[in-house]
Amino acid sequence: MFFGRLISGDRPGSPILAIVLIAILLGLAFAPFLFPGTRSLDTAARICIFIALAASYDLLLGYTGIVSFAHVMFFGIGAYGAALGLDGLGRGFGSIAIGAAGGAVAAAALAFVIGLFSLRVRAIFFAMITLAVASAFAVMVSQFSDITGGEDGFSFKVPRELTPAFKIADGKLFGVSLNGKLLLYYFVFTGCLVLFLALLRVVNSPFGRVLQAIRENDFRAEAIGFRVVRYRIAATCLSAVAAALAGSLFAVWLRYAGPDAVLSFEIMVDVLLMVVIGGMGTMWGAVIGATLFVIAQSYLREVMGALSDATEGAPLLPDLFNPDRWLLWLGVIFVLSVYFFPTGVVGRLRGKD
Amino acid sequence: MSEPLLRLAGVHTHIGRYHILHGVDLSVPEGGVTMLLGRNGAGKTTTLRTVIGHWRTSQGTVRFAGEDITAWPTPRRARAGIADVPESMGIFTDLTVEENMVLAARAGKPEGPRLDAVFKAFPPLRTFWKNPAGNLSGGQKQMLSVARAMIEPRRLILIDEPSKGLAPAIVRSLVEALRALKDTGATILMVEQNFSVARALGDSVAVMDEGRVIHAGPMAELAENREMQERLMGLSLEAH
Amino acid sequence: MSLAPEHAPTMARQSLLQRLEPHAPALLIAALALAGLALIPALSSWITLTVAGLAMGMMIFTIASGMTLVFGLLDVINFGHGAFISVGAFVGVSALAALGGGAPDADPSALSDLTTLALAAIAAMAATALMGLAFERVIVRPVYGAHLKQILVTMGGLIIVQQLIFVVWGPDEIHVARPESLKGAWTFAGAAVEKYRVMAVGLGLALFLGLRWLMRGTKVGLLVRAGVENGEMVEALGYDIRRLFIAVFMAGSALAGLGGVMWGLYQEVITAHMGGDIMVMVFIVVIIGGLGSVEGCFIGALLIGLLYNYVAFLAPKAALVSNIGLMVAILMWRPQGMFPVVKAK
Repeated sequence: MFFGRLISGDRPGSPILAIVLIAILLGLAFAPFLFPGTRSLDTAARICIFIALAASYDLLLGYTGIVSFAHVMFFGIGAYGAALGLDGLGRGFGSIAIGAAGGAVAAAALAFVIGLFSLRVRAIFFAMITLAVASAFAVMVSQFSDITGGEDGFSFKVPRELTPAFKIADGKLFGVSLNGKLLLYYFVFTGCLVLFLALLRVVNSPFGRVLQAIRENDFRAEAIGFRVVRYRIAATCLSAVAAALAGSLFAVWLRYAGPDAVLSFEIMVDVLLMVVIGGMGTMWGAVIGATLFVIAQSYLREVMGALSDATEGAPLLPDLFNPDRWLLWLGVIFVLSVYFFPTGVVGRLRGKD
Repeated sequence: MSEPLLRLAGVHTHIGRYHILHGVDLSVPEGGVTMLLGRNGAGKTTTLRTVIGHWRTSQGTVRFAGEDITAWPTPRRARAGIADVPESMGIFTDLTVEENMVLAARAGKPEGPRLDAVFKAFPPLRTFWKNPAGNLSGGQKQMLSVARAMIEPRRLILIDEPSKGLAPAIVRSLVEALRALKDTGATILMVEQNFSVARALGDSVAVMDEGRVIHAGPMAELAENREMQERLMGLSLEAH
Repeated sequence: MSLAPEHAPTMARQSLLQRLEPHAPALLIAALALAGLALIPALSSWITLTVAGLAMGMMIFTIASGMTLVFGLLDVINFGHGAFISVGAFVGVSALAALGGGAPDADPSALSDLTTLALAAIAAMAATALMGLAFERVIVRPVYGAHLKQILVTMGGLIIVQQLIFVVWGPDEIHVARPESLKGAWTFAGAAVEKYRVMAVGLGLALFLGLRWLMRGTKVGLLVRAGVENGEMVEALGYDIRRLFIAVFMAGSALAGLGGVMWGLYQEVITAHMGGDIMVMVFIVVIIGGLGSVEGCFIGALLIGLLYNYVAFLAPKAALVSNIGLMVAILMWRPQGMFPVVKAK
């Protein structure tokens, strides 16, 4: 069946999960019409991009069993790649392609070097070294302000076809004006969908199964004859490339690249939370995690604000529910889910805990 | 008849998802040496590790010196008088020989007649007293491992294949030392693949197969009965 | 067990190079200092930078020693270690303020100044030690032996603690004044040497010597070293390794807290995420030193501190990157770090 092949035979495995996933897919596919308004469209685009980013991270964390704190660095490299391409070569789809390709190659090369140094010895080195390298990279990006715009970042022009000024047709469809902004959304949506399906293909390929065998027992995998280090490095590079491409899409969407938007450690933590809460080791977990997270990010604050107001006068409570403290509660949920739902929301729905 | 020093009754042990011991019944009488024999994978090492408490008992009871120690953690068992000489020897290579012995002599310092006995049995330990244990040869490490069990009065000493991989001359001095230890009245439960060593030291014997004790009796009986040896342990004995 | 025949070690004649090899990491510090001397034009700048580098190194060592000990003994990678740095700094500074230290109208006598500082440091260490106890019980204990989960859970712990700092102390950074007697600098050979840095070097050195004595000269130290190599055997000798774990975790957390206070007074500003920022250098130090090695940690910290300050002077933008370069170079030379720790497992 065509659809089965499209998702590489990786079935959700639970009716509820399947319904939720289809709802997310339809919701994102028709977001401009279902949820009109700039803010909702921005939320939808972010969900698309973070689904791709979280999925690429899950290839590493969930499937290969290695923790990287440099994933957002690769995301940022892709973003800056596309941004520099558009800025330097002019507003054209060719510039996007060249910039994104350059970013992807740079990300792969850097991932290869980091992997070579840290995965050779022990997997736990990797977590620490990626953290160190990613921080140094972020500092470097702000320092080389002539190229990167420093802390402020820089904005640039995207192809004219992707701007609100471009009219596809006169009039409106279901009350939505048919302009370049709509095209831009579908550009991002399609790009993320393709990335996601490609990642799904990777993890369900023989390569993906070897990665899982290594995650379960690297000694045994090595004994059977798989070169564990090579597989780990390959997974690192692949996930870096996917992250970079997602980053390129993000930069095009924002028409801007800057350290806080595409490189900050907060995004790294966000992606970690998405993958763990959604469910490690399954691409569907990335979909659920990213969707939940981005929505929570946008709307949990409002709930907390209400709670904070409601507890006004009580000691400490208003501070605990301060909308700016939403990460506190996510941290608590994160720790609890590592303990009690190591397979995340998806694992719960599949009843495999 | 009084209760044996150590008694395992229907002991089951799981390691991860593997079920290794399938109801071990084993009695070790006070004084003397009990040899634990059997093929590789019969569960001998697991039995010793279950007695010292590294593996938890999933079913059955372990009694030691009249008390049920099934639920006791390892340190408590050690303090009750069980010493462990594991197959890996468990030497702290970063520490000197002296420091290894300091930790073994839990109550005080390694000194007095017990230390003299150690040095008498294993002269190299005196020579390398201040050297890192990591620099010792394999045989010397085994000596140190046994010496750690000798430095304090212990009621039961568990020894896992001390002769493994050692040159015959060292095995002989090891056997001498263990015999001296036995003569002081210590009770020893020992796993040994080398039947000549087992015969030289053992008073009684238990043979294991597939996670159970399939034979128990005096060593002399087994030593004299070739047919019984073949039946219980197959050809594996002949290899040595 | 090896089949190697008995042998008595003999002292073969070794070349100078061979004899120097075991001391290579320590010599590296001297080499780095000399390289700095050659590259930095003025002697006075070199002195200032060297003292600054040593001070920074000592503070990183204070923090990293706790982390490396915890890893060595408990086999736990604590990404939440940074949380203790921040909490230590906040508690220490609050205590300092409560005791009236740093206030301009405070009693200027040096003794009371330093006593106040010591009390604040003790308060910070006590608080972080208790927090370490809670952290070990709640966060770490369920995930012993599972590195992946440890990294995730301790990272979660770090997020939670950072946010709690915001809740308790507010979201803004706090400026800190050093106690009066630690303000200012001495002049030495034309170079300005900050008093506070000298104190940090002295404190770090004392800590290193104290830790060395503890590890080599006391039974607790023997137990920790033995436990690093083979915890199971330590238990089989009758020692309760769980209690040792908790003690070491608390001590490691307290060291991070102490380092936090020192760092906060050094920078004269504290923020909730300062711990996370310092952790970058702590990780580099722990890795190049060899996970679990206190000596390696000491030498690694000094190397990083010196290199950072020299490079920051010569080419400011390259400072943090130079530390990454050093890490890469050392891992090429010794993939397990300078002082790899033996593990029986």
